[in-house]
Amino acid sequence: MTDAAIRRPIGRANWRRFLAGFGQEIVVLLAIAVLFVVVGAYNQRFLSDTNINSIFAGNAYIAIAAIGMSLVIISGHIDVSVGSLIGVIATIAGTLAVSGYPIWMAWSVPVVFAVAVNAGVGALIAYARIPSIVVTLGMLSILKGGLISATGGAWITDMPEGFMLAQMRPFGIPSAVYFMVALTGLAALFMRYTDFGRAVYAVGGNLEAARAAGLSPQRTVVGVFALHGLFAGIAGILFATQLQVIQSTVPPNLELTVITAAVIGGVSILGGTGTVIGSTLAAILFATIGSALIFLNVSAYWLRAVLGLLILATVLADMARRRRSR
Amino acid sequence: MTAGLLKRHETILAGLTVLALIVLALLSDKFFTAENLLNQGRLMSEVGLVALAMTFIIVTGGIDLSVGSILGLTAILLGVFWQNAGMPLPLAMAAALACGTLAGLGNGLIVTRFRVPPLIATLATLALYRGLAEGISQARSVRGYPEWFFYFGQGELLGVPFQLWILGLATSVSAVILGMTPFGRATYAVGANETAARFSGIRANATKLWIYSAAGFLSALAAVVFVSRVTTTRSDMGTGLELDVITGVVLGGTSIFGGRGTIVGTALGLILIQALKNGLALSGVKGDGTIVVIGIVLIGAILAGAVFDKNRGG
Repeated sequence: MTDAAIRRPIGRANWRRFLAGFGQEIVVLLAIAVLFVVVGAYNQRFLSDTNINSIFAGNAYIAIAAIGMSLVIISGHIDVSVGSLIGVIATIAGTLAVSGYPIWMAWSVPVVFAVAVNAGVGALIAYARIPSIVVTLGMLSILKGGLISATGGAWITDMPEGFMLAQMRPFGIPSAVYFMVALTGLAALFMRYTDFGRAVYAVGGNLEAARAAGLSPQRTVVGVFALHGLFAGIAGILFATQLQVIQSTVPPNLELTVITAAVIGGVSILGGTGTVIGSTLAAILFATIGSALIFLNVSAYWLRAVLGLLILATVLADMARRRRSR
Repeated sequence: MTAGLLKRHETILAGLTVLALIVLALLSDKFFTAENLLNQGRLMSEVGLVALAMTFIIVTGGIDLSVGSILGLTAILLGVFWQNAGMPLPLAMAAALACGTLAGLGNGLIVTRFRVPPLIATLATLALYRGLAEGISQARSVRGYPEWFFYFGQGELLGVPFQLWILGLATSVSAVILGMTPFGRATYAVGANETAARFSGIRANATKLWIYSAAGFLSALAAVVFVSRVTTTRSDMGTGLELDVITGVVLGGTSIFGGRGTIVGTALGLILIQALKNGLALSGVKGDGTIVVIGIVLIGAILAGAVFDKNRGG
């Protein structure tokens, strides 16, 4: 129904149906636009190149991790371990970089590791039939505990210049932004036009129907988690190279921020619907709000309350809209 | 019957717990002492109180990620009511408990009236309640509570830590409610098949509202015990508590899909986790290594359960 609603030419009568099919992304986009106009009018510097760059680049790794999380949620599952995985990837990458391994290895080995770990998680969910929240809760403990006991919480510093991927700025734009835009675009096309992408929606939307249609739910779920590992891996490298120091700990609440981005972007926690464009927009929205609060001179301690209120408002609006369109 | 009993998750878990206790007692002679065990009981009380309500919530097929944030918020409110608003401390405690209950009721209303899936609803309130705690406190901590207040978190009654009495009482009440009352049966019915439950005349929404409110109340009670134990109030209290609680409940055999689970299982799950944490630490495993073991035990226990009983759904 989503596809049909989008492809139909938009006349007045179809406007409402168009919104119902594609609504959440537009709501988030409007929220970003309103913030830019209002806060920009209040303080011109909000619209400066530096600030806009930092808004788009700062949360790029969250947006990229949220692409993978969207796939996981669309397929009807959840992953609460992604924050720990990103922490582990960052530490592996940093350790390799300062131990004198070639930079391409410091970038690629952790990504391969992330794909392998998450493929394993996917296999436990698909073949051993353990609920995803249980497997990933366990993985959260294993990765977090393993990371801290292996590193003792030591910081990694003095990484080689060439390793700092996220700090590179081709044509004056932070490289993280290129990654975010390219990966979001690729994933969106992939989900819409490949058999695998459609299978993910089918498995999440109606498992029995997907099975009857000859799809293998097991293979799809392992594939989804492996892809999720790929995105988490890239997110981890960008996270590792953002600052001059890697703290060798798990960034607190990162998994919840990533899940929230996916959900606010319109991915239904019930599976089967949503797009990766929405989750990327949501990650940008979070960064915009954070920046807006600073420019509006609101105490930073209120940031999370504002975010929470916004999430709640979005979710309630979405539920109301869904009920009307039904 | 015997075979059925053997297959039950609680039986496997009880065996595993006893085994862990024996091994840990052999590994360290400090482990199996009354003093150590009672002290461990003190440490698991806060997670334990919240896990009781979480068992009910997960049995209805829901989840509550906001419990740690409610703990943080009510801890802050307790301090603010007492120090800034000038309430007498007992009144401030009552007010904090009331606010916690309201926060839980809020979750329940979002879930039942607006039909928001519990995972998303409480993800939103996780951020909101923690945000309120941070905003209200502005990162100031509250100290200087009167001496009598520390009794809840540090005192002993008949040689047993005071909060263990609270936990024991709450556990017994929860076990009776879930296992032996119409309310408990309604909880299972809602979790197993909500539509069928509604058609059978069960007031599913009212049941959920009570349960989410109870989770808020118990989180606030845990906050009072926590503040009393550590003597100070900070806005980051209870961060990540939800994951510890859910791990305990799920390890205890409560199905994340709802309809199945017991308070006894949850209690066993919590005891196993705390025993592993403490016993391994005493045997020389570094603090964070124990978290790894808990993760492995969680996946292993559920995997074993699935292998033992292939017919079990999910």
